[in-house]
Amino acid sequence: MSRYSAFSIFRNTLSGQKNWQRAWRAAEPKPAYDVIVIGGGGHGLATAFYLAENHGIRNVAVLEKGYIGGGNVGRNTTVIRSNYLLDGNTQFYEFSMKLWENMSRALNFNVMFSQRGQLVTAHSADQLDGFSHRANIMRLNGIDADILDRDEVRRLVPYLDFSDTARFPIHGAIFQGRAGTARHDAVAWGYARAADGHGVDIIQNCEVTGFLRDGDSIVGVETTKGRIGAGKVGLAVAGHTSVLGAKAGLELPIESHVLQAFVTEPLKPLVDHVVAYGADHFYVSQSDKGGLVFGGNLDGYNSYAQRGNLGVVREVAEAAIALMPCISRVRLLRHWGGVMDMTPDASPIICPTPIEGLFLNGGWCYGGFKATPASGWCFAHTIATGKPHPLIAAYGLDRFRTGHTLDEAGAGPCAWLQ
Amino acid sequence: MLRIECPCCGLRDHDEFRYGGDASVTRPAHDDPDPQAWYAYVYLRTNPAGPHREFWQHVIGCRQWLVVERDTRNHAIASVDFARKLPPRKSLARKSPA
Ligand SMILES: Cc1cc2nc3c(=O)[nH]c(=O)nc-3n(C[C@H](O)[C@H](O)[C@H](O)COP(=O)(O)OP(=O)(O)OC[C@H]3O[C@@H](n4cnc5c(N)ncnc54)[C@H](O)[C@@H]3O)c2cc1C
Ligand SMILES: [Zn+2]
Repeated sequence: MSRYSAFSIFRNTLSGQKNWQRAWRAAEPKPAYDVIVIGGGGHGLATAFYLAENHGIRNVAVLEKGYIGGGNVGRNTTVIRSNYLLDGNTQFYEFSMKLWENMSRALNFNVMFSQRGQLVTAHSADQLDGFSHRANIMRLNGIDADILDRDEVRRLVPYLDFSDTARFPIHGAIFQGRAGTARHDAVAWGYARAADGHGVDIIQNCEVTGFLRDGDSIVGVETTKGRIGAGKVGLAVAGHTSVLGAKAGLELPIESHVLQAFVTEPLKPLVDHVVAYGADHFYVSQSDKGGLVFGGNLDGYNSYAQRGNLGVVREVAEAAIALMPCISRVRLLRHWGGVMDMTPDASPIICPTPIEGLFLNGGWCYGGFKATPASGWCFAHTIATGKPHPLIAAYGLDRFRTGHTLDEAGAGPCAWLQ
Repeated sequence: MLRIECPCCGLRDHDEFRYGGDASVTRPAHDDPDPQAWYAYVYLRTNPAGPHREFWQHVIGCRQWLVVERDTRNHAIASVDFARKLPPRKSLARKSPA
């Protein structure tokens, strides 16, 4: 694999840009691997990369039923932040943030990580108190956080509704300056290319349809490209964890739900930060092409349809205009949906499973993009050593049984309310 | 767009309804001491990609709780009925009388 650099651009210019290498090989499956990772999303690819990079395990395959980046890693709204409240989440997401800050360099691939800052508006004195509590916890964990009053918010984002008629007047905001966005496809491509550079086989159009067993242990997978043996199997299939988990014999506390994302026609630069609306579920950033990228609530009922329904389009548009009346006449260009695993406490599940040889990475709900590097890092550690990485100690499957849930959203055990 | 044929009010936009989750899970008896039964009831879901029996309440209508059978892959609705017509629910614990 040749490295990308200013010099490589110059050299390829001389031959009319015709001699660039493929970013990763089109691999065909070998009979067996040390580790098979199911799912070529951001988490699966990052896991494969860190297995090779951190643990020297290079005889690894990533099996993807479609094309890499075709799942949620390429469907999300790319918000990256580490403003979590609960112990277990706080430290994990901040570790992830640090990996983001060095990702382009580590992968030799520009993932366009843009630390433009994120603010969440507060609409009552109580909500601002709650945000101060969160900001204090973040600071105690060494994470940047600021509390802004109404005037400070107004100076930063004057285009929000500060009028006397605002339905929910803005009292202030919590701000994380290091938060931001990244180019989501580039994250998949960057990890794929870097993993391939370490010898990992990335096999697309290869759906896992079942598991091979020796007694109670899992020793490989059945796929649309035949049987493939494996020392260990890691599951990282985002919204399809229940489907595949059931084939392995796992009973899981997961429901699949659709979340939609939206893009408007391109505008001149307007939204410099990521802004989230504290009075409803709506958040927005502006892409480099000028489109406003935003999202809101889940569709809210079990779904594998990978496309959204109109009710939510209306709800999200209402929230958008309540916060930013100035965009009421902007046209919506596209909207789409992604299928996500919703857990009863809105926190992920990464752990060894009760089934020998099988490891689980799922339940990311709608916040897993920001977790991509840390998830890959910790899952690779868990697969390589057989023991959970300390940063994911709180993310075990057993927490629901033992009463140690991490209910960050405070919504109780109803997945569609998270 | 999802539309539900309420047996009381007729075909209505799903925005009029509130989702109530998987209708196939069984609540243990209130005095059931088995933590596994409660764990299964509160948390475990089969979450099928296919037909799914689920609760919806017609909140902006007759306010009845309904059981809808819907395919989670394409939202095709096979049946809608009043939840009160469900057979009486058996507790897991009562399967083995002490
Ligand atoms: C609309 C939307 C907005 C979001 N916004 C944000 C955000 O702003 N910030 C944030 O942090 N998170 C966000 N998320 C969540 C985030 O995208 C996901 O949590 C995260 O990307 C999931 O991990 P992944 O990238 O590995 O999943 P995916 O990219 O979905 O990877 C899973 C892969 O597994 C494959 N697969 C499934 N079954 C099989 C099989 N049987 N065999 C082989 N392969 C299989 C799928 O094809 C898929 O490519 C959002 C999600 C959505 C849908
Ligand atoms: Zn009705």
